[in-house]
Amino acid sequence: MTAIFFYLFATITVASAFMVISARNPVHAVLFLILAFVNSAGLFMLNGAEFLALLLIVVYVGAVAVLFLFVVMMLDVDFVELREGFLQYLPVGALVGFIVMAELLMVLGTWVFAPGAIGGIAAEPIPNMADVSNIEAIGNILYTKYIFFFQVAGLILLVAMIGAIVLTLHHRPNVRRQNINDQIARNPETAIEIKKVESGKGV
Amino acid sequence: MLSAIDLPNLAMAAPEIWLALGSMALLMVGVFSGRNATTLVTGLSLALLVIAGISVYQIEDNGYALQSAFIMDPFARFMKILALIGSALTIAMSINYMRREQFEKFEYPILVLLSTTGMMLMISSASMLTLYLGLELQSLALYVCAAINRDSTKASEAGLKYFVLGALSSGMLLYGITLVYGYTGHTTFVGIAEALSGSDRSVGLIFGLAFILAGIAFKISAVPFHMWTPDVYEGAPTPITAFFAAAPKVAAMALMVRVTMGAFEPVTHDWQQIIVFISIASMMLGAFAAIGQTNIKRLMAYSSIGHMGYALVGLAAGTQAGINGVIMYMTIYMVMTLGTFALIIGMRKKDGMVEDIDDLKGLATRHPMLAVLMTLLMFSLAGIPPLAGFFAKYFVFVAAIEANLFALAVIGVLSSVVGAYYYIRIIKMIWFDETANTEKYVPMATELKLVLGVSVLFISLFYIFAGPVFDRTSAAAASFF
Repeated sequence: MTAIFFYLFATITVASAFMVISARNPVHAVLFLILAFVNSAGLFMLNGAEFLALLLIVVYVGAVAVLFLFVVMMLDVDFVELREGFLQYLPVGALVGFIVMAELLMVLGTWVFAPGAIGGIAAEPIPNMADVSNIEAIGNILYTKYIFFFQVAGLILLVAMIGAIVLTLHHRPNVRRQNINDQIARNPETAIEIKKVESGKGV
Repeated sequence: MLSAIDLPNLAMAAPEIWLALGSMALLMVGVFSGRNATTLVTGLSLALLVIAGISVYQIEDNGYALQSAFIMDPFARFMKILALIGSALTIAMSINYMRREQFEKFEYPILVLLSTTGMMLMISSASMLTLYLGLELQSLALYVCAAINRDSTKASEAGLKYFVLGALSSGMLLYGITLVYGYTGHTTFVGIAEALSGSDRSVGLIFGLAFILAGIAFKISAVPFHMWTPDVYEGAPTPITAFFAAAPKVAAMALMVRVTMGAFEPVTHDWQQIIVFISIASMMLGAFAAIGQTNIKRLMAYSSIGHMGYALVGLAAGTQAGINGVIMYMTIYMVMTLGTFALIIGMRKKDGMVEDIDDLKGLATRHPMLAVLMTLLMFSLAGIPPLAGFFAKYFVFVAAIEANLFALAVIGVLSSVVGAYYYIRIIKMIWFDETANTEKYVPMATELKLVLGVSVLFISLFYIFAGPVFDRTSAAAASFF
């Protein structure tokens, strides 16, 4: 049963990843990207990593892919022209990928892992997955043992936020901005001016 | 589960906590204080840096804290004080500049504070995670600072370039960290050193080591990871360039020392080759590439690349005298650089900043006092005795010779001779070149005069300060042995 689902998810992931680079319409490409994300989430789920699976859906599908869609739709870039003849590089790309993979395999084959380095003396023992869920296991160490790293990561995000505001918020002079107080404080006396117009002379 | 946190140990991270909480409070102050926000926040930031400095002094215990991810020792104490001084002086030096160039933003001192928090974490890091997070916190704030003058296309270009290359180097660093974690099973430096001394080291581990060193070498702008330096130094507003050249370099060099002497101490032979190579390459490039420069900020960029090479000579030795040399070099380098930049920020005419080296021609007739100070600074940067720059080079070269690295020491001395050419060329321009240029600079701001004065006093009377400084640096260096 698991095998069937594995092949199902894996095939769709690879197929939709291919469609991402070959689709003519950029909006279709982004939609295929979402399909690839959802199916890789399924693969994570099969491995018992439900937290990663949900994270992939929430962060990548929910935020990143939607952002892509926005960018594709908002920017008036002629993607068709940009991607013209894109697939003709496929053979060369495949060759490079193949060489890199062969090299990696050769190097990995000769590397010796330190005895007991994998799993044995790792910084934190992995709890029994039957007792706790992923999220509980991560939460148990993230908010206790690794609280310091968690807080520093928060500081980094704060800097990112300040940076985004500093670099984009720009108070230009001579730009009319909405002032809700002024709008609400208006009444017929201040907003409307009644003029008597003599007939036949215009305003 | 709460008992898992070592609450009492938080006291060791007091300076970082002060800075982090203080900068968040200052953000609020900045938003709500309206018109005078920048002046107020700048003043309070300086006060906060002083408080952090005092609290660094007040921590008397040495040892590990926060699940052995954080270390406090004499080395950390010395380098932290140095980084805090560097940040405080650069904030002070930018007050007048920002006002005149009309891009006062209260976020600028706050970003410097957050970046300083990152530097403190880097200096105190005892785990790969602290190393990475500290480095990111520091660099992210620097990227924003580089591009903070958004009306200038050059500054935006500098920020973008710095950001993209910085992200690349972070990627390399992370890749190295994962390899090291995979092959040792540890993220703490103590654990890595233990795992390395026990078993045979594998090729994968050396890969990881090389990637980590490459990532940190990028931050100290050592060759071959220096490409960003001249462009970023030239494009960023001058006080921010001064900041890039001072405190972050000190912190990144401290990190380099921590990683090599802490985590990878058992495999000294492996990293020594890498350090020797980047040291030689940086010294040579710093000496030769600076010759053709016409912009004084670019010149300072190449000069700082060269200086990082000289500082690494001490690290390559790997002995206590060598580490002492590195600390001494970084101290003197920071003082010289801040002094020189105070002078460069002061090169302002009625219609704006001047950055051309040619403009220094005939400085002796226009501003005799500035000419004398500039001459002293340039002689010190070139390493002419009895100025401080000479002692800095002396300590690292002696350490290299004691460690039998003769080739490194000889190349170092030769490239400092080549480097002396462009420093002395500036002195020649100041005193001997004729020019029709008679326009004077506008009077320097008080804070610049102060930084310049203190810096020149330190470098020219270094033989008086040498004793106490040497005592402190050697105590700091002793924490690794």
